[in-house]
Amino acid sequence: MMYSEKVMDHFMNPRNVGEIEDASGVGTVGNAKCGDIMKIFLKIEDRIVLDAKFKTFGCGAAVATSSMATELIKGKTIQEALEITNKAVMEALDGLPPVKVHCSCLAEEALHAALWDYAEKNGIVIEGLEKPVNDIGEHEEGYYEAE
Amino acid sequence: MDRIYYFDNAATTKVSPEVVEAISKYYSEEYFNPSSIYKPAQRCKDAVENARAEAAAAFNADKNEIYFTSGGSEADNWAIKGITNAYKNKGKHIITSCIEHHAVLHTCEYLESEGFEVTYLPVDGEGLISLEDLKAAIRPDTILISIMFANNEIGTIQPIAEIGKIAKENNIIFHTDAVQAAGHVPIDVKALNIDLMSISGHKLYAPKGVGALYIRKGIKIKNLIHGGQQERGRRATTENVPGIIGLGKALTDAVAHLEEETKRQTKLRDKLIDGILSTIPYSRLNGSRDKRLPGNVNISFEFIEGESILLLLDMNGICGSSGSACTSGSLDPSHVLLAIGLPHEKAHGSLRLSLGRFNTEEEVDYVLEKLPPIIERLRAMSPLYEEFLKNKKA
Repeated sequence: MMYSEKVMDHFMNPRNVGEIEDASGVGTVGNAKCGDIMKIFLKIEDRIVLDAKFKTFGCGAAVATSSMATELIKGKTIQEALEITNKAVMEALDGLPPVKVHCSCLAEEALHAALWDYAEKNGIVIEGLEKPVNDIGEHEEGYYEAE
Repeated sequence: MDRIYYFDNAATTKVSPEVVEAISKYYSEEYFNPSSIYKPAQRCKDAVENARAEAAAAFNADKNEIYFTSGGSEADNWAIKGITNAYKNKGKHIITSCIEHHAVLHTCEYLESEGFEVTYLPVDGEGLISLEDLKAAIRPDTILISIMFANNEIGTIQPIAEIGKIAKENNIIFHTDAVQAAGHVPIDVKALNIDLMSISGHKLYAPKGVGALYIRKGIKIKNLIHGGQQERGRRATTENVPGIIGLGKALTDAVAHLEEETKRQTKLRDKLIDGILSTIPYSRLNGSRDKRLPGNVNISFEFIEGESILLLLDMNGICGSSGSACTSGSLDPSHVLLAIGLPHEKAHGSLRLSLGRFNTEEEVDYVLEKLPPIIERLRAMSPLYEEFLKNKKA
């Protein structure tokens, strides 16, 4: 199994590691049993994502997809943020080995979970955002787009 | 090329310079087919027979009890399929353990699909089977006990002499997968009552693609590979002459240096284990402290995942392995670590460093210097560690 240079770069020098103390939304997905947990913190003002941070327990791809997902979401409006799919994360990383595609799904799910948390806390409805599942395994196979 | 620090000898070993020296001419000059009639071919045949005698001597076996194979997996497949096939009219029950190598486990699962019944003995927290469990599992129709000599992941050495004794008392054939043990711990097949034993060349400084099955004289076994009359009609395929000669040489060398090398590696192993456990909190040794292969270190680090550790070690030139799901290509971590009772998250965070003949104390010191900051760095980005610290404060 080989990771792309971009994946290795985001694993070795992950962007946005950490927490946001007064986060507008926090999303945690995955479980320790399957070996990946992602926690994403978002700072949102005027429906724009000003900052994003993450903490991740997982393999190289899990760290790299968390790093890339937080990079992609920064500066986006909420509606734009919804368009960050697992495929977009993978493409930005120049691809992932097939067995690691689920890490990009987890990253998408973590972003959505953080946005959902933000919407709930603020009593708003984000059009097109569905209630996230906190365990990636709950989705049927083929739910996400493969590479 | 950057320097590498090779700590994955349980995966494969370097071919020793002595073995390279012994076999190189069998590629370039003495390339003949041992089955041919002319004198050069006879020289190759003699060399193969000499290697057979060397391999036999390493285990106190007789020369005609050693059959060369393509490796450890073939030897395991042959032993288990060949014995069950030969004795299927006597019974259809096999006893093995749940921490065997997949070459044994998947072969047993295949046999279950063919109508055999398999008991998978559990192991304790150190990875040892219970002799009481073994005795209780024996049935009138049990035809084979297959228990590994030493485990490839956690290095635990099973009570082989006692298992052999129980098998003999109950008139059941005993096979052991000794791929990790051969050349690393003393093995006397007669004293241990072993009926069949699998070994592999590339775990003991011989080339890949060669192994052997010891079959005690008098044991009935069906062939696995049909064809020509090689290996006294029991295993077809033109002999891997260089590989076989390399295996014989490597076993001779291993036995000659066994005592000093065991002492040396055990010292390095213990320095590595103690060094890691004393400097890195929330880490634990997997496997037995004393019933352990001299070169095996297997440690779980809480709150982090194994592949990440391996990638960061690799950036420092250190080669290791892990039982995490990410390195196995499935979502489940190592079956061995789960069997010794580790919860999934601790099994995901395991690191195996396996020492060999060429590792030095300086290399151990290097690992001990590089590993703690790697663990710390990964924990700093782990949500599990953060949660743990918060709960600890509260």
